[in-house]
Amino acid sequence: MTLRAYVLQRLSAALMAPLVIVHIVVMIIAVQGGLSAAEILGRTQGSWLWGGFYSLFVIAAAIHASVGVANVIEEWLGWSRAAAVGIAHTLALVILVLGLRAVYAVVVV
Amino acid sequence: MPASMLKVQIWRGEAQGEFRDYEVPRQDSQTILDVVTYIQRKLDPTLSYRFACRVGMCGSCAMTVNGRPRWTCRTHISRVLEDGFVRIEPLRNLPIIKDLATDLVPFFEKWQGARGRFEGSRTRDDDFSTVLPSEPRRAAASAAIECINCAVCYSACDVVNWREEYLGPAALNRAWAAYNDERDNNPLGVLKAVAAGGGCGSCHAHQSCVEHCPVELNPTESIAGLKRVSLQAWLKGDLR
Repeated sequence: MTLRAYVLQRLSAALMAPLVIVHIVVMIIAVQGGLSAAEILGRTQGSWLWGGFYSLFVIAAAIHASVGVANVIEEWLGWSRAAAVGIAHTLALVILVLGLRAVYAVVVV
Repeated sequence: MPASMLKVQIWRGEAQGEFRDYEVPRQDSQTILDVVTYIQRKLDPTLSYRFACRVGMCGSCAMTVNGRPRWTCRTHISRVLEDGFVRIEPLRNLPIIKDLATDLVPFFEKWQGARGRFEGSRTRDDDFSTVLPSEPRRAAASAAIECINCAVCYSACDVVNWREEYLGPAALNRAWAAYNDERDNNPLGVLKAVAAGGGCGSCHAHQSCVEHCPVELNPTESIAGLKRVSLQAWLKGDLR
């Protein structure tokens, strides 16, 4: 793994750690408080705070997962670096598109 | 077979080969190296293996014993016997020359790859460097300087097994000592060497090197140190 990939993976992990905690805590509070899906959407729609929060989450997850998967492909499957990087970039793109589409759905639509 | 005999299985051949069975008389304070030497001298003179000092200083005699890499001159057979049986193989992750002797060239090439050599700028006309034992960098270097180059950690490391270009625990441990050497005039050169593709970032911190190191060094901690200073240098822009 190059130092650049190492740094990206560690920084994205450091970013995701507090985001995951906030996500889980808010989710538990919302569910325990008995909020319906419509009530949750009512709070997220138009909120730039939640839009920014989850966009950051999606970007960090796309980086972190793709670096990790590239390592698994290289080390466990023994495929070439070019193949691993190609698959990793594709995975990052898929996570970005699906994740940002979901953020768009709960914040903007 | 009398109870005082050991059942020994030894790898014979190169990458392709087979295990052969031997019976060796049990003795007090018998090391694995004693067992191999007995076979070579009394039973089969064609057996190839490597040793030199026999006292745990030279790092020549490491082999895989019942699945674990060990220094054979300082490991008593009583510690590894399983129902009177022991299987001895060459070290993993290195090309086999013949029988129990492996080719250490890739191992030492990686020392060079990690810039594990001293680069100083002083001449004989300069005064001595002042290195206080209490300095943090000197303490960090201490953790790495007792390595005997036995390649046990290199053989134990799964990442070495998975990634051909990975420098391995011994080379990176040595690089950490060089980086912390007060007299070395190019610590950034060390970081550039270990920040490349097969460098410190590839370590998974499994700690197999720590578990197996016969002189109880902690290469994982040294590699963590290299990761830390590399990350700082990268953020500062020195490694981009």
